[in-house]
Amino acid sequence: MHLLVPTGNEDGFHAPSIMEFFPEVFLFDGTPFAINRIMMVRFIAVAALLILFWIGTRRMRVVPGRFQSLIEMGLDLVRVNIGEDLLGKKDAKRFLPILTTIFFMVLFLNITGVIPFLNIAGTSVIGVPLVLALVSYITFIYAGIKKSPKKFFKNSLFPAGVPWPVYIIVTPIELVSTFVIRPVTLTLRLMMNMVVGHLLLVLFFAATQFFIFAAGGLWPLLGIGSLAFGFAFTLFEILVAVLQAYVFTLLTAVYIQLAVADEH
Amino acid sequence: MLHAAVLASGEATPNPMLPAPYDILWSSVCFIIILIAFWKVFLPKMQAMLDERSAAIEGNIAKADEAQREAEAALEKYTAQLAEARVEAGEIREAAREDGKQIVAEARDLATTEASRITATANAQIEAERQSALVSLRTEVGTLALDLAGNVIGESLSDDKKAAGLVDRFLADLEAAPASTVGKN
Repeated sequence: MHLLVPTGNEDGFHAPSIMEFFPEVFLFDGTPFAINRIMMVRFIAVAALLILFWIGTRRMRVVPGRFQSLIEMGLDLVRVNIGEDLLGKKDAKRFLPILTTIFFMVLFLNITGVIPFLNIAGTSVIGVPLVLALVSYITFIYAGIKKSPKKFFKNSLFPAGVPWPVYIIVTPIELVSTFVIRPVTLTLRLMMNMVVGHLLLVLFFAATQFFIFAAGGLWPLLGIGSLAFGFAFTLFEILVAVLQAYVFTLLTAVYIQLAVADEH
Repeated sequence: MLHAAVLASGEATPNPMLPAPYDILWSSVCFIIILIAFWKVFLPKMQAMLDERSAAIEGNIAKADEAQREAEAALEKYTAQLAEARVEAGEIREAAREDGKQIVAEARDLATTEASRITATANAQIEAERQSALVSLRTEVGTLALDLAGNVIGESLSDDKKAAGLVDRFLADLEAAPASTVGKN
């Protein structure tokens, strides 16, 4: 990669920049309703999600067809493998709408990063990761306070089995880690994964374009390599898209589980 | 690399860490739409289907249990009936054997009776015939003897009382001698 970047700043090479994530606003410019390309991508992803699930759950049968099996598999991943495994049947049912929403929203907005013509993840701009991290944050605090405010703060700030003077150190650490670090890491992990993924793909495909069509000489041979890398990273981005959706949802479930647990 | 990219662009770039108001707004809108869709539509449908499925599975299990029970009851009934039929068949066979024995005994009795009856009748008939033969023989032998004697002595003895007494005595003597041998037959 470091071989490619210096070559890049000459003529014809489109270097990926942070401006990738701030495309031109084409509707309602200057208002809070401004819509740019990434917002459009998000709307398309949301529409695709709604249509897919609407078709999948429209006429659910006891004996599922192929498509319904697929939808069920997706919903069961959240319901059983994340919800019921971590929270138990009762709590899983309570928080299932939130967890399912987080999982599929992140998944669908991530996957747009590798879909031709969309080519950017809806989660690569801070808005979605931040909103979802806040949702997760509010949810686990709500879950803890609803269960027992005293126990929640005691478990969060004064973990059991520690001699009391240690609390002088542990409590501030726990305070920061639980109430500050958690939402920040949720936001940044998701956003940075998507930002870096997008920049990598842009870099590989822009370099391929440059090597094959503009550089001349033996450079097109290198272009084949960069194309192969771009392809490999596209596959990798699909994995990352699913993985990040899973991680975000799983962590939310873990935070809820820690908040409603009787003891750590 | 992000750093390099930022440097490369070289302009006043927006800070990607600071969310724009429209970004937050549209993100929230997307979230709320998806949340409501899952919460109010998709997940309830899924739940309803899962309930229906578990009910169907339980129903099928109950049905299968019922069928199993019925089959077992039927088998038991058939087995009992079979045993009953066997007992009955045995009884019938036994009765038939008894009946057969009785019929044979009766037939034998009947045959014996019949045989003795026939024997008695035959004996009676033989006796009667013997008597009649004896009577006719006596008469004829007497007549013949008298005729013969008359011819021999030259006078008729046929209507003489003395002659008749003579014949009778003679025959009685004659009878007395072989009667023991004749009577045995």
